[in-house]
Amino acid sequence: MKNTYKSRLPGIVFVIGALLVPLASQAETAEEKGLAIAMEYDKRDSGFLDLTAKMTMTLRNRQGNETTRFIKFKTLEVPGDGDKSMSIFNTPADIKGTAMLTFSHKLDPDDQWLYLPALKRVKRISSKNKSGPFMGSEFAFEDLGSQEYEKYAHKYLRDEVIDGMDSFVVERVPQYKYTGYTRQEVWFDKKEYRLIKIVFYDRKNSLLKTLTYSDYNKYIDQYWRAGKMYVENHQTQKSTTLLWDDIVFKTGLSKRDFDKNSLKRAR
Amino acid sequence: MLKYTLLLLMLFFLNTAIAGEWSGYASVESRYFFKDPLDPRQSDSNISVAFQPEYWNDWDNGRQSFTFIPFIRLDNQDPERSHGDIRELFWIKAANTWELRAGIGKVFWGVAESKHLVDIINQTDLVENNDGEDKLGQPMLNFASIRDWGTVDLFILPGFRERTFPGPEGRLRTIPNIDTSQALYESSSEEKHIDYAVRWSHTLGEWDIGLAHFYGTSREPALLPGTDSSGNPVFIPRYDLINQTSIDIQATLESWLLKLEVIHRTGQGPDINATVAGIEYTFYDIYESGTDLGIVSEYLYDDRVTNPSVHPPVIFQNDIMLGLRIALNDTQSSEALIGMIADLDSDEVFYNIEASRRLGEQWKLNLEYRAFRSSPIKDDHILLDLAYHF
Repeated sequence: MKNTYKSRLPGIVFVIGALLVPLASQAETAEEKGLAIAMEYDKRDSGFLDLTAKMTMTLRNRQGNETTRFIKFKTLEVPGDGDKSMSIFNTPADIKGTAMLTFSHKLDPDDQWLYLPALKRVKRISSKNKSGPFMGSEFAFEDLGSQEYEKYAHKYLRDEVIDGMDSFVVERVPQYKYTGYTRQEVWFDKKEYRLIKIVFYDRKNSLLKTLTYSDYNKYIDQYWRAGKMYVENHQTQKSTTLLWDDIVFKTGLSKRDFDKNSLKRAR
Repeated sequence: MLKYTLLLLMLFFLNTAIAGEWSGYASVESRYFFKDPLDPRQSDSNISVAFQPEYWNDWDNGRQSFTFIPFIRLDNQDPERSHGDIRELFWIKAANTWELRAGIGKVFWGVAESKHLVDIINQTDLVENNDGEDKLGQPMLNFASIRDWGTVDLFILPGFRERTFPGPEGRLRTIPNIDTSQALYESSSEEKHIDYAVRWSHTLGEWDIGLAHFYGTSREPALLPGTDSSGNPVFIPRYDLINQTSIDIQATLESWLLKLEVIHRTGQGPDINATVAGIEYTFYDIYESGTDLGIVSEYLYDDRVTNPSVHPPVIFQNDIMLGLRIALNDTQSSEALIGMIADLDSDEVFYNIEASRRLGEQWKLNLEYRAFRSSPIKDDHILLDLAYHF
């Protein structure tokens, strides 16, 4: 009996092995599947070279009072590293001409400079301030930074239909230092791998805010960009709407458009 | 002034074909001094208004731009403080490896907070504010070569601007006052002496470094005892020709900023060596409130002699600055800087509070409090400034 069993074992292993091979993709772990989704999102967005846009940010407090900021934004894709970007503040009027230059990195701290036009001073600032509010809004600096997949550990959670779109729901845990989040739940639509919604959990793992992307447009037949980002803070009841206009890809920007000299000229 | 006006008109007409944009501010400022003045001509308070519009446009895909920023202040007490200036009036051409800027401009060098030691291109508009951060427009031709190994800036500075000082009726001045109408120069070409400067600056990882040399008329004058036309004692400013070499370095190490500024100056009596060295540590987003709290400490050293007719006078020669910087990062951008500078050789302490907050979309309220303890300076004051930005 023992002998018979032994002699048959390799055969059984072979049969099971043969069954497993074509099923390998289905047997991937939730982590592998989550990572694969994030990498596909990253891949579909790579090669955009550069982008310029205008942002209108409307801040709304608990009482519903609104205040608006206009920001010019440009970014340069850096292969193998995080993107370079510049934000130029147009309103409120007292900070007109203030501009921020960021060299983002995948896991290393970003390099960041702030230009203060009243003093003509370019100030290197710490990029540790990931979790702080951007311009007094409900967006944190880390929400608006470049979203390379290496910045997070991913885990596929489930499929879900959201706004009529078949979506993947992926949990991601920031791997960079000084994040304000324990985790995020991200909805990617299955067809185009676009961000549909992100739910953020604070350092105590309590529900913090929900960011919803909408009004998507496709640019140069390839790149999807949301025209509207709406973030609602569930703890403070404040919200911010970010509208993107005049989005233009491949405008021919170079690294010279992202240095301390161009920061001083930015308007 | 005439040639500036002509240059202004010329550039202006060149640009009328292209639509530009106007912005700027108008403000009302009031200062109240807590102690009686030392000179009976001075008063306890003053009120003034200022206006600084700004015209800007660009063309050539943003590679060329033109900026014009005139400034005027009217003060009810001190006729010297009622003054105007062309802060900026320049054209920039930017190319891939270089930039050229010509006209009247403003340039900032340095990293420290308590004193801007290496910053030398522009003259200080001291009558505006005793913090030295207001500057007069400087005529310049600036060529910058931008390379992978750093940026080299060359400056030709034709035309010297005399430092502004409060007049006999103004506070925050020396006793006796400084008579700017009798200014003396070492150079026989006086304020027409052409000054030169060169600076190399570069970023190496966490380090931002600047090395510079300046040759020309000292922005700080020595002060000679004299008399004015009515025989009252005054100080007469004397502007020497100097050579000044400087280094400024900042290391940005996560929450820590390490800062160093050093100068070596020759040409004004014995050589002058001075340093500002400091640290800044910031606690970000405290308790997820969005508030940042920064702690700043700087050491100030200056080895000049205390004879104002040899070396321009300085207050801080062996002093420690301690400060707290609070930024609420709220919709109103509320922020405050609370600091003190203590002399290590005496009981003298200087206190400084600066706070600001936006009101609505276009108004900004600024508050400053400055006080001097165990000091011959009796000009403790509070300043409120309300500005409308457009």
